[in-house]
Amino acid sequence: MYDSDKIIPGLIIFVLFITFPVWYNHGDASAEPKPELPKGVKECVLPVADMRAEHMQLLNKWRDEVLRDGDWAFDVKVAGKKYQKSLMNTCMECHKSRKKFCEKCHKYASVTPYCWDCHFAPVE
Amino acid sequence: MKYTFPLAAVIALVLIAWIGAQIPGMQYLFGIAIPYLAMALFLGGFCYRVVQWAKSPVPFRIPTTCGQEYSLPWIKQNKLESPVNASQVVARMALEIFLFRSLWRNTKATVYDGPKLTYESSKWLWIFGILFHYSFLMIVLRHMRLFLDPVPGFIKALEFGDGILQIGAPTMYLSEVTILLALILLFGRRIFNRQVRYISLANDYFPLFLIFAIVTTGILMRFFLRTHIDIIAIKRLAVGLVTFQPAITTDIGAIFYVHLFLVSTLLAYFPFSKLMHMGGVFLSPTRNLPNNSRMVRHINPWNPDIRPHSYASYEDEFREDMVEQGIPVEKELPKKADD
Repeated sequence: MYDSDKIIPGLIIFVLFITFPVWYNHGDASAEPKPELPKGVKECVLPVADMRAEHMQLLNKWRDEVLRDGDWAFDVKVAGKKYQKSLMNTCMECHKSRKKFCEKCHKYASVTPYCWDCHFAPVE
Repeated sequence: MKYTFPLAAVIALVLIAWIGAQIPGMQYLFGIAIPYLAMALFLGGFCYRVVQWAKSPVPFRIPTTCGQEYSLPWIKQNKLESPVNASQVVARMALEIFLFRSLWRNTKATVYDGPKLTYESSKWLWIFGILFHYSFLMIVLRHMRLFLDPVPGFIKALEFGDGILQIGAPTMYLSEVTILLALILLFGRRIFNRQVRYISLANDYFPLFLIFAIVTTGILMRFFLRTHIDIIAIKRLAVGLVTFQPAITTDIGAIFYVHLFLVSTLLAYFPFSKLMHMGGVFLSPTRNLPNNSRMVRHINPWNPDIRPHSYASYEDEFREDMVEQGIPVEKELPKKADD
């Protein structure tokens, strides 16, 4: 092999760079975050799997409908009670803590929604 | 057509993963075994190819010089186009690697009235290429948020910059738009430019279609087919893969396995294809050698060991035969004793 003084360091840098996540995580797969669920309430506005996958789309839709059309009505009853399209009055009524609920997963997955640019988070 | 086979191959790959991932138990194949195999092929194949290249001798300087070489003091040297030392070569290589500078030499021959023939720099390929490569880099770096825990600040900063328009939820990324645009332009170039279409082969179309399918499944998964896309479970799998403790903790939508299978295909295909220009750009002797033939003596490493052979010693070796054949010699044969 020619120029091995340049090729071998180059290859080592390449392999270290590609395998960066292996070194960075120290071989430790941290446990999945467990957001704190509200006590005593079993139902949400959508089934759990749908909420997990689509809550951001629902909130985005709610924001547009409420802010642009003034349409607050949400025609799904949860446990016999009617709710508004509202982050603060509907979601946060049960999920009271931003830190213990929202941010548990958002931090883990590095998601930074801009809800709190306008809304005040509940005081904790 | 030369693009039908690659297109069919990519569709087949999508179907294999789409159907396969819905068979119970096969998630471990598509989610864990194949990604590990693909990564091993990628790293092993990449190193193998580079070592093979490094074994090929480049005995003489063969840089493509496109400017005035180093000469007399009052003649201005073109330091980038005809570098003579390491720092000039490094500058030339850096511009090549980060800005694809040599693509500015992509010329287009045009005949004007007169007739007058011109060769003008056609920078479309350069624009499409730079758009594609930087979008791809951005996307790969952004994906590190799924492999690193905790997520480092610079990854978050990149994500913020890429999603700065704050359109929709989840936020649309600029790089998603630019890579799709660049792929369409690069593909369109192969279709509509007659000369390029003529030289395009199946192995030119396949990576384009494959990357297009990867980008499309990624966008579909993020915005449209979100059923069972549980990002926490996906991150747990990704972190598990890089820490060698993989686990699939819940049902993840089939589109995720399609995306992952196509990425695995790309990784496994990479070292054995033209995509190796990623390593090749560093190792191209027409770029990374200084043009110093007139300053340094370069000796071919496999030259046979030929000793100097003077005429006197030649005649010493063959004198008897020469005399026998009547060829004149400078020094006669020694007189024999019985003469």
